Amino acid sequence: MTIGDTTAPILAGEPRATGRGVAWRARLRHLQPGLVMAWLVVAIILAWAAVPGLFTGYSPIDGVAGQQLRPPSAEHWLGTDGLGRDLYARIVHGARHSLTGAVVAVTVGLLLGTLLGLIAGARGGWPDAVIMRLVDTLLAIPSLLLSLSIIVLLGFGTINVAIAVGVVSVARFARLARSEVVRVRRSEYVEAAFGSGGSFLAVLRRHILPNSLTSVIALAALQFGSAILALSTLGFLGYGAPPPTPEWGLLIAEGRNYLSRAWWLTAAPGVVVVVAVLAADRISTAIGRTEP
Amino acid sequence: MSATTSPGTPLLEIDNLAVAYTVGDAEQRVVHGISFHVDPGEVVALVGESGSGKTTTAQAVLGLLAGNGRVESGAIRLKGADIVPWSQRRLDAVRGAVISLIPQDPGSSLNPVRTIGAQLAEILQIHRFGDRRAIQARVLDLLTRVGLTPADLRAGQYPHELSGGMKQRVLIAIAVALRPDLIVADEPTSALDVTVQRRILDLIDALRRENGTSVLLVTHDLGVAADRADRLVVLRGGGIQERGPVRDVLTAPQSPYTRQLLADAPSLGTARRRAVATAEDFAITVEGLTHDYPTSGTRSRRFRAVDGVSFKVQRGTTHAIVGESGSGKTTTARAVAGFLKPTAGRIVVEGTELTTLRSEALRQFRRKIQLVYQNPFGSLDPRQSIAEIIEEPLLNFEPVSRPERTRKVRDMMDRVGLPESFLTRRPQALSGGQRQRVAIARALVLDPRVLVLDEAVSALDVTVQAQILALLDELQQALGLTYLFVSHDLALVRQISDTVSVMHGGKQVDAGPVEKVFQQPDSDYTRELIDAIPGRKMPVPGSHTARAG
Repeated sequence: MTIGDTTAPILAGEPRATGRGVAWRARLRHLQPGLVMAWLVVAIILAWAAVPGLFTGYSPIDGVAGQQLRPPSAEHWLGTDGLGRDLYARIVHGARHSLTGAVVAVTVGLLLGTLLGLIAGARGGWPDAVIMRLVDTLLAIPSLLLSLSIIVLLGFGTINVAIAVGVVSVARFARLARSEVVRVRRSEYVEAAFGSGGSFLAVLRRHILPNSLTSVIALAALQFGSAILALSTLGFLGYGAPPPTPEWGLLIAEGRNYLSRAWWLTAAPGVVVVVAVLAADRISTAIGRTEP
Repeated sequence: MSATTSPGTPLLEIDNLAVAYTVGDAEQRVVHGISFHVDPGEVVALVGESGSGKTTTAQAVLGLLAGNGRVESGAIRLKGADIVPWSQRRLDAVRGAVISLIPQDPGSSLNPVRTIGAQLAEILQIHRFGDRRAIQARVLDLLTRVGLTPADLRAGQYPHELSGGMKQRVLIAIAVALRPDLIVADEPTSALDVTVQRRILDLIDALRRENGTSVLLVTHDLGVAADRADRLVVLRGGGIQERGPVRDVLTAPQSPYTRQLLADAPSLGTARRRAVATAEDFAITVEGLTHDYPTSGTRSRRFRAVDGVSFKVQRGTTHAIVGESGSGKTTTARAVAGFLKPTAGRIVVEGTELTTLRSEALRQFRRKIQLVYQNPFGSLDPRQSIAEIIEEPLLNFEPVSRPERTRKVRDMMDRVGLPESFLTRRPQALSGGQRQRVAIARALVLDPRVLVLDEAVSALDVTVQAQILALLDELQQALGLTYLFVSHDLALVRQISDTVSVMHGGKQVDAGPVEKVFQQPDSDYTRELIDAIPGRKMPVPGSHTARAG
């Protein structure tokens, strides 16, 4: 019936109370090395995508005659491939393709999924039932199979592959968004907002959406990593960008032919993909922890 | 309940105790050198509001401080031996056998996957009480002693099969299982209804007397402390404000804080006397209100939460709905506020028949009636600033210009006594009382005619509660508001309301002007409820306590 000790006044000096500046300083004091490295990885990949020319002087497309299958050296940091192309240059230039793809994929999933989840959670009743059964169906199909079918329908190409990957993640976004919306919807401040005469859309915009987005954004960061992985998988299978595009999955696929003679051709892009996915995962965890 | 003070060493002696918690990089001291003692067979009450350090003190006595807590200085002497430097292992031998604890929340203090018999047997096994048969016999004996009969049946039940009061009885059985010398009772009845509270406190009293146990009673409720303790220790902000025999502290308080606490505590004696217009001018009319909740899927089986409740509230007065948990009082209030459609009955608020209203008409009607919630921590959006929260209702109806809105928000802040510097703050930076002021400001910004207060002050400390009640009274006088006040606290209701409905099991068992209901209750239930109010021993200047039972 009564709530016991809930009224202790929060001290005036509490950091969260006094704005972002103090909060950031407090966060800096408790630096997490793993998180810093994750952000560093993301920053480097972003820089590769934005200004690849700064990182390498070699062309990612044109090979140099007589320079085929060179092992890593001072001249070619990660060696060269079967056509004499610098592998490091191809990975740097490939960042743009993988990142664009991942951004498109996550955007598709985020927008579509959140919208569906929002409608289902906020409206309830039959729209909820219909949408969520649809989502269940989507989840039941193996994601790679679903992506492949969509690519077959849409045709090949970087953007189409990205959309295919995005559609697969719609179900996960929709589920999470719905559960968050349902949680927020039951809170007293939402009822109070309806009680003070708020219309459905106004309450949705002012209270439900902002309060349910934190976890959804954390999932977006996580999906960013998975999308890079999924894009590489599809690229590896030959459903992505056609050669000679320096896409990471394609690099791994091409390197496979020389696995016995030049293992670094598969290992290097593979490691890059793994590191990118792990970084996205670490950042996602950090976002998920910052609840208001 | 007289003290059997022995001339020797006290059972428990707290000597200049200081406790600090590590928060972030800083150490924050919450208990500042307090000293008191508990003699054998004595009940000492630690009274204070939230943040006063009373629970921290109790935890220190048990060696159960939270991980970041530390006894900075001072001694806790149990039968003359200082237990502060003791290891946890050494304390284990003492806890349960010499000192035991009755925790605050019976709902979360029992293991949900073990029977209560097994949990009661556990403490006996830990302290090697005897072989299995001896333990089993003792378990049944204890359950019988705390009134859980038939004991052999109860022993096989799980916590979810018991009510809150019964769970508290199990915890009491665990606490007294080894006949300890001292029981620390940390708010043992705060989570329980008032009639259950009385039975539980009576039980602790009886067991205490039987075994000659001392009790350190930690409570925020001065009434409970006055009824049950021999001596009082009043804490505030980690320091002792006052200590002494109950009678002395209550009749001649030395510190201004204790005087304030006594004045703010609602008690049966302080009834409100205000001339009420006798004109037939009703702001709320409820007739034959009935509401059924569907139970577990089946359409045919329904649970009747409210059953044929009728009352009328005159404009500008306060009507209270009193009852224990499950009495249907909140359902009634929510129906009046338009949050649920009743199964049957008529509700007229300010001339509008509420039960037939549909979406848009209902939205328009909301300006006339507003609800203030019990929990000021859940009813404010954590992402909005105070200004945004108070302003929001103004955005929902015809457009109000920005300067006009800003002016109204500032007006409201001023009206509820909040400084302007709070405008940009978030709810997290405010105390419970301040948040409740924000909630009231939000409710009033639309100039409603009726305010439904659903346990609106129950979660607050008594001094804060008194401030909020004074604010509500002032607003009622100034704006001619009508209040529907839902509460479980009869003393409070008597103090602030003009008319009252007593609810029990969905039915209205008593209704009428407050004085009449309190002095000549129609039902046995109301009588029981009035008798159960703690604080009978509290001195009330210039009035006598009504007792009809």
